[in-house]
Amino acid sequence: MNHWEVVIGIETHAQLATRSKIFSGASTAFGAAPNTQACAVDLALPGVLPVLNRGAVECAIRFGLAIGAEIAPKSVFARKNYFYPDLPKGYQISQFELPVVVGGSVAIQVGQGEQVYEKTVHLTRAHLEEDAGKSLHEDFHGKSGIDLNRAGTPLLEIVTEPDMSSSAEAVAYARALHALVRWIGICDGNMQEGSFRCDANVSVRRPGAPLGTRREIKNLNSFRFLQQAIDYEIRWQIETLEDGGRIQQATVLFDPDTGETRVMRTKEDAHDYRYFPDPDLLPLLIPRDWVERTQAALPELPAAKKRRFMADYGLSAYDATTLTASLEIADFYEATVAVAGKAAAKPCANWVMVDLAARLNRDERELADSPVSAAQLGGLVARIADNTISNNIAKKVFEALWNGEGASADEIIEKQGLKQITDSGAIEQLIDEVLAANAAMVAEFKAGKEKAFNALVGQAMKATKGKANPQQVNELLKKKLS
Amino acid sequence: MIGRTLKELGAALAGREISSVELTQLHLDRIARLNPEINAFITVDAERSLAQARAADARLAAGEGGALTGIPIAQKDIFCAEGWRTTCGSKMLGDFVSPYDATVIEKFAAAGAVNLGKTNMDEFAMGSSNETSHFGPVRNPWDRTRVPGGSSGGSAAAVAALMAPAATGTDTGGSIRQPAALCNLTGLKPTYGVVSRWGMIAFASSLDQAGPMARTAEDCGLMLNAMAGFDDRDSTSLERETEDYCRELAANVGEKPLSGLKIGLPKEFFGEGCDAGVMACVQEAIAEYRRLGAETVEVSLPNMRLAVPAYYVIAPAEASSNLSRYDGVRYGYRAPDYADLDDMYRKTRAQGFGAEVKRRILIGTYVLSHGYYDAYYLQAQRIRRLIADDFVAAFRQCDVILGPTSPCTAFGLGEKAADPVQMYLSDIYTIAVNLAGLPGMSIPCGFSAGLPVGLQLIGDYFAEARLLNVAHRYQQATDWHLKTPDA
Repeated sequence: MNHWEVVIGIETHAQLATRSKIFSGASTAFGAAPNTQACAVDLALPGVLPVLNRGAVECAIRFGLAIGAEIAPKSVFARKNYFYPDLPKGYQISQFELPVVVGGSVAIQVGQGEQVYEKTVHLTRAHLEEDAGKSLHEDFHGKSGIDLNRAGTPLLEIVTEPDMSSSAEAVAYARALHALVRWIGICDGNMQEGSFRCDANVSVRRPGAPLGTRREIKNLNSFRFLQQAIDYEIRWQIETLEDGGRIQQATVLFDPDTGETRVMRTKEDAHDYRYFPDPDLLPLLIPRDWVERTQAALPELPAAKKRRFMADYGLSAYDATTLTASLEIADFYEATVAVAGKAAAKPCANWVMVDLAARLNRDERELADSPVSAAQLGGLVARIADNTISNNIAKKVFEALWNGEGASADEIIEKQGLKQITDSGAIEQLIDEVLAANAAMVAEFKAGKEKAFNALVGQAMKATKGKANPQQVNELLKKKLS
Repeated sequence: MIGRTLKELGAALAGREISSVELTQLHLDRIARLNPEINAFITVDAERSLAQARAADARLAAGEGGALTGIPIAQKDIFCAEGWRTTCGSKMLGDFVSPYDATVIEKFAAAGAVNLGKTNMDEFAMGSSNETSHFGPVRNPWDRTRVPGGSSGGSAAAVAALMAPAATGTDTGGSIRQPAALCNLTGLKPTYGVVSRWGMIAFASSLDQAGPMARTAEDCGLMLNAMAGFDDRDSTSLERETEDYCRELAANVGEKPLSGLKIGLPKEFFGEGCDAGVMACVQEAIAEYRRLGAETVEVSLPNMRLAVPAYYVIAPAEASSNLSRYDGVRYGYRAPDYADLDDMYRKTRAQGFGAEVKRRILIGTYVLSHGYYDAYYLQAQRIRRLIADDFVAAFRQCDVILGPTSPCTAFGLGEKAADPVQMYLSDIYTIAVNLAGLPGMSIPCGFSAGLPVGLQLIGDYFAEARLLNVAHRYQQATDWHLKTPDA
C-alpha cells in the first residue's frame, strides 16, 4: 500500500439551525408526525412561490467568516431538476454557478501523542440549498410513503478541495467542521437526526500521477462510518487497480453491517440536472454592512480561544484544545475560573476535564444538564486553593453538590463540618493521642519500618475524618517521632 | 344591467338600483344560457358566488362598499381559489380543489367583488387560441366558428358575450392582449412585478403577469387598483407605493386632450406580416390619436424579429421545470395502472398533459440540457436584454408605443391548430413586451370583415396610469369598445 497516494475531498450537508424552512414559514423541528410540518410551499401546490429565509443567509455568512472565506456580494439560486417522489417540485433549489461562500480553510490536528501533526484543509465553496423529504419504504404493503416534513429544511453544503490523504485526516476534518458549525451556532450537529452528514470523494494514484478516478461515498452520518467507509474504499480501489482493473466513476453507499461500499449509480446513469437560475427568486445580494454586522456578532473562534487559554491561564496545548472542543465547555471552564480565580486556572481545568467529565459520563449526562454549575465548581476549587479543604474532602463536597445537598461548596463544608483543621495546637494534641494509642506502630517505625509512618498518618486523618491538613499532620508527626 | 361597465354597475349597486345577489344571479342565468355553446367557463359554483354576493350586499347596506363591492367578476382558472376546483385548463388538475387563495383572488374578495366562476383557458396558459384546453375550445362570441384567442380565451369570451362584466387574465406572451383584441375588449398586462403571482399557477415565472380584461380602460383601472400591490409571498413582487391607476382619467379634457403626447410607431410593427384589414384599422386609430392632439414619431425596435425565437426558448425552459411538480405523487391526476415509479411518472404525465404542453416541456428540457444551455438558454437571455434595451432607447423618443396587437383577426377553430409555428406567430407583436417586462394594453379600434381589431399600446415601466389615460381618451372619442356581438 505504500506506493499509492490517497486523495480525499469531503462534501458536508449541515442543517442550519433556523426555526423555519429556507423558502417557507413551516417549522423545521425534528420528529413531528409525518407531513404535519409541510405547508403549501413545501408540498409544491400549484401556484406557490419560495421566499428566502434571511436567517439561513445569516448562517451562511457566519460560516464564511469563521473559515476566512469570501462572502459573495451576489449569489444566485438555481434549480436542480430531477424527478423523485420526495422532491415535491421536481427540482431542488440550490446554488450552482454563484455560491454564497467562496474559499476559506479549516485547520485540523491529526493523530495522537507524538504523532500529532497539523494540516490546513482548503474549502472550495459553501452554498445554500433546501433538503428533500423522506421516502418511507416500510409499513405500506408494497407502496412507499412520503414524509415532507424535512422538505425545504435549510442546508449549507460545504465542499473541500481534495486536500486529505487518509481516513484519519478526513475524520479530523469532519470533527473540526462539526465542532465549528456548532460553535458558531449554525447547526445542532445531531448526526443521528441527519443534521450533519458527509459525502467522501475518494481516489488513489501513484505518486506524481494525475488524479485517479473518484468514487463518491454518500450520506455518512457518523465519524466511525466515515473512517470505515473510506478505509474500505481505499483498500478496494488499490486492490482493484493492482489486479489490473479500472475504477469507474460512481456513487456508492456504505453498508455499516458488512463494512463494505456498494455502487448506487455510475456516471453513465448520472442525471443531467439542467441547472438554471430560479426565476422565482431574485439574486441574493449581501451588502458589506450585513457582513460587518455579522462579523461583530460572531463569538471568539476556537483557534483564537485556544491561544488565549494558553496565554492567559497557562494551560498546555492539550488542555487548551480539550477545553475549546465546544463553546459550551469553553464557556463552562471560563465561568469556573471566574469564580475560583485566575490563580486556580489549572486546577479548574483538571476539575472540568477530569472529575466533572467522569461524573457526567457515569450518569450519561451532557454538560448542559450538569447538576453542578460552573459557579458551584468554581466555589469548590476556590476552597481547595485557599486550603479550606483538601483535595480528598473536595471530592466529597463535589459529590454532595452533585446530589443537591447544598447550594454551594461553602454551605456543604459548613453544614457537614468539613473545614480543614489547620490549628497546629489542635493537630499536635491529636497526634499525641494517636501516638499514645498506637504504641506498637511507633515501636515498628522506630525499628526501621517506614510503612508504619504512613499508618500513623492514616490514623491521625481517620481521627479527624480527613479534615486535618495532611501536610501539617505529616510535618508534626515527623517532628514528634524524630 | 347586463352590458353595463363596472363603473356603471358600481353606481347602480351603491344607489340600490340592484342588489349584488340579483346582479350575480342575472349573470349566472346568462352563463347558464350561453355557456353550453361558448364554453367560456370551466367551473361555475352558484352557491359560492351567491354567498359572496350576500356578504357584499351586507357590506353595501352598511355603507362599507368600495368601487367593486358586489360586482361579479370571472376569474381565469389559473388562479387558485380556496374551495374552488382550479384546473389551469388541464386534465392534470381536473379534480384539483385549491386549499388556498391566490393573492389576486384574496384582493378581489377583500374589495367585495363576487367570484362569478372560473374561466376556460389554454392548458397551463400555453396557446393562442384556447384550443389546447382539456375542457374543450372556447367559441368567439363574434363568430362562433372562430377562436377567441388565448390563453385567456374563456375570460375574453365571457366578457364579450356579456356573461361577466369583467374578468381576470394572465399574460406570458400576449395572453391578455391577443384575446382582448380578438373579442373586442380592453385588456391590460401590467409591468412585471406589479401584480403578485402568489397562487397564480406558473407557466413561465419570469414572464407571467396577471391583469384585467374589461370593456373600458376605466374599468381596467378600477380592477388594477384592486389587483396591484406588493406581496411578501412573491419575491419578484415590487415594493412600491400604492397608486390610483385611474388618477389621470379625469385630467386633460378638451379639444386636444392628448396634445404633448408623443406616440412612437415602431417600423417593425408596420412592415410585412400584418393583415391589411387589421392595418387599416390601426392606421385609422393613429389618425384619431393625431386628431386628439398626439404627435407621432417613428421609432425602431431592431431586435423585434428575435423576440419570438427567444421567447420560445425561455418560456418553455421555465415551463419544463415549473410543470415538474405534476408527477402524480401528491395531488392531481395519476395514471390508474403502472408497473413501478418510472412507469407511474411516464403514464401520469403522458396521459395528464396535452400535446402542446408536452411539446413545450420537451423544448424546454432540450434547451436546458448539458451542452445546449449556452447556445439556447443563455443566448436567449442575451437577446432578452437587447430587446429590453431597444425599448429603453425607444422611450427616449416617445411616451407610448403603438401598433397592432395581433397580426390577424379571430381565425377559424382548427385553422392553425396543426401548425404550431403559425400559432406562435399570433403573438409576434405582444411577446417582446413580456420579455422586456413592460406594461401593454389592447383596446378595440375597429372591425375587419365583421371581426374586432385590437390596437396595442405599450408604456414605459410603471406607466400603467398613463397608458390607461391614453386608452381612455381614445374611448371617449370612439365607440368601438362599446360594440357587442349579437347574443
